[in-house]
Amino acid sequence: MTYRSDGVLNRNDLDRLFPSEERMKRGPVVVVECVENIPCNPCAAACPRGAIRIEGDINETPSVDFEACNGCGLCVSACPGLAIFVVDASGKGDTATVMLPYEYAPLPEVGEEVTTLDRSGGKVGRARVTRVLNTEAMDRTPVVSLEVPRDQVMDVRHFARRSRRP
Amino acid sequence: MRIDKHPILKFHRGREIEFELDGRGLTGYEGETIAAAIHAAGVRTLRTSIRLGRPRGFFCAIGRCSSCLMTVNGIPNVMTCITPLERGMKIETQTDKGHIAETGSSPRKGPSALAAQRPRGGRRGTADAEEPSRAEEPRARDLGHTPLAVVGGGPAGLSAAIAAGRLGVESVIIDENEAPGGQLIKQTHMFFGSKEHYAKVRGVDIGGRLTSELSELPARLLNNTTVLGLYPDRALSLLRDGRHHRLSADAVVLATGASENMLAFPGCDLPGVYGAGAVQTLMNVDGVVPGARVLMVGAGNIGLIVAYQLLQAGVEVAAVIEGLPTIGGYHVHGAKIRRAGVPIMTAHTILEAEGRGRVEKALVARVDADWRTVPGSETEFDVDTVCLAVGLSPNCELALMGGCEETYVAELGGRVAVHGSDLETSMPGVFIAGDASGIEEASTAMLEGRLAGLAAAERVGEPLDETLLESMRDEAADGLAALRSGPFGDRPRTGKEKMYDLARKLRQRGERREERSVDVQK
Ligand SMILES: Cc1cc2nc3c(=O)[nH]c(=O)nc-3n(C[C@H](O)[C@H](O)[C@H](O)COP(=O)(O)OP(=O)(O)OC[C@H]3O[C@@H](n4cnc5c(N)ncnc54)[C@H](O)[C@@H]3O)c2cc1C
Ligand code: SF4
Ligand code: SF4
Ligand code: FES
Repeated sequence: MTYRSDGVLNRNDLDRLFPSEERMKRGPVVVVECVENIPCNPCAAACPRGAIRIEGDINETPSVDFEACNGCGLCVSACPGLAIFVVDASGKGDTATVMLPYEYAPLPEVGEEVTTLDRSGGKVGRARVTRVLNTEAMDRTPVVSLEVPRDQVMDVRHFARRSRRP
Repeated sequence: MRIDKHPILKFHRGREIEFELDGRGLTGYEGETIAAAIHAAGVRTLRTSIRLGRPRGFFCAIGRCSSCLMTVNGIPNVMTCITPLERGMKIETQTDKGHIAETGSSPRKGPSALAAQRPRGGRRGTADAEEPSRAEEPRARDLGHTPLAVVGGGPAGLSAAIAAGRLGVESVIIDENEAPGGQLIKQTHMFFGSKEHYAKVRGVDIGGRLTSELSELPARLLNNTTVLGLYPDRALSLLRDGRHHRLSADAVVLATGASENMLAFPGCDLPGVYGAGAVQTLMNVDGVVPGARVLMVGAGNIGLIVAYQLLQAGVEVAAVIEGLPTIGGYHVHGAKIRRAGVPIMTAHTILEAEGRGRVEKALVARVDADWRTVPGSETEFDVDTVCLAVGLSPNCELALMGGCEETYVAELGGRVAVHGSDLETSMPGVFIAGDASGIEEASTAMLEGRLAGLAAAERVGEPLDETLLESMRDEAADGLAALRSGPFGDRPRTGKEKMYDLARKLRQRGERREERSVDVQK
């Protein structure tokens, strides 16, 4: 199976996109899950540090400079493909944080426990909502932070509120 | 069912009003369409087919398919998907072709008397109080002459008027809806492209930006007006408030958009089999959900985007099926619905929709490389809605009526009027842009519209700022080339190249013919 036939990125696709373990340990960092040549570049325009670049042709896939990225998360709500996430696995404990775009109503509340889902909608586990950002500049693409077990930080990409469907 | 909480949209509903459906009292909101109000009340059948008496619901919701005709206040064949609901309307499910005599109008008064009674088409229409009585003025009203007439107020048409307006060329934009914006008014997602092409802005907001840009330019919008005909001398016949009007122009840009394709399968006419654009309109313009559980047919961008919008409206999507072995739309659009738990089943087709009077089930099966169903692979889905996102076809009727040469280009979505890279058709001074000239997307529609507007402005023949014209043209042409240069642009690019080639040949032939006739005259 490839993402062309089922819509889900496999390990091979993802390995090329992930920052190194070493970089992840140093602090929050962006993960851009955008692999096709599509005419699009708001991610590059959004990053104040020039960490995401679409070189030359607008159809190029974004190239990410993980060293330049400080994990600020500004690009997450700017991506029309909702394909950008920020992960923070730099903490000492065994939890990590995933920041993801969430365009559903109503928004979850900070402290709420949610069911985490992977790229194919499969249940991963549970997580607590630690932050919900929804400013005017984000133009109705709020960003939700989830505290997940450290080993799930590259699998959790969505969540379902326990009282409702995703 | 109505949508109360939506993550992107706020629905500004009008006053609650009462109306009657087959003698039953119902309520709806002022300004919404009759079809939306009826659907919100849980009724899906709007009429029955004339010969077999099969129940019919709406299909396109943009006044194209005639699936929604009902009798309103005694007047048959009213297109309820684009006619606004009014207080006290008496609406009846129509079971035949309708009886004009029953309207009570004496036949001698002719069609204009009927038109006077007929509820107006066009969303959220408001009455025009100053209109003189129709009996006094039976013939078409003359709206005079305009340098540029633009048919269609979608992204292509608005951009054409903006480009011409920046050069100082006046235009009239004619659109059959109350508000301009075309398809944009229902697109809640952020757009792709680059900043210059409104990337990251939501479609619903782009229309507003274009209209406000236009408000500073010499352009006039004629809303709630349908263009019925284009004649060889660039004369247009318009229908406004049930009456004919005439308008002539030095140049015409046709930006009439596209119509949704239908797919034939047993049960495809059941109420609950809706076009993706119709589902979007119902959901995102009227704030009414199409059903509780939907099967989406087609995994191109439209199918994927509308599936996502359904989830946002709180509707369950059972699956997205796609006949081809691969997903046609962008991966990022597919990924959004996959992580929300919606399967995308490639190499699957719909065999049948079943149900008594409405969709209750859909039967799906795997297909092999030759589109033969694989026995034993059938899956049944309990759904109340089947949404078809199986492509669009260009609306090029006006061009053909005017006498433009046409051709069939599969890559552009079917029959299209032949046009060159300046978007001019074989009819001098008549240009075509956007989906009407070949199915692409809003970003390309805007740039094509701009190019057509510039070329049309030149045609008008007033002195123009050549430097500005050239720089605007280069910018739009470069942008268009960039958008079409990726793998997803392959199809339209190939189609457009074929088209420009053909146009060149036709023009050469035309020139040769002219030379010959000059020779003969000599
Ligand atoms: C579900 C969906 C999702 C999409 N997503 C994207 C996207 O993410 N990015 C993107 O770039 N594009 C997207 N598109 C495509 C984009 O919406 C269309 O390509 C674009 O709207 C075409 O613009 P247009 O001006 O040619 O036509 P339209 O927007 O269709 O406008 C045509 C207008 O002309 C009017 N009209 C037609 N005939 C007449 C007549 N005879 N008289 C008067 N008025 C008339 C129509 O009512 C309409 O208002 C999407 C389309 C759909 C359906
Ligand atoms: S997280 Fe911040 S620094 Fe990193 S790529 Fe996104 S915008 Fe740039
Ligand atoms: S904005 Fe998002 S979808 Fe567009 S190129 Fe960047 S990552 Fe990809
Ligand atoms: S014309 Fe009304 S649904 Fe198509």
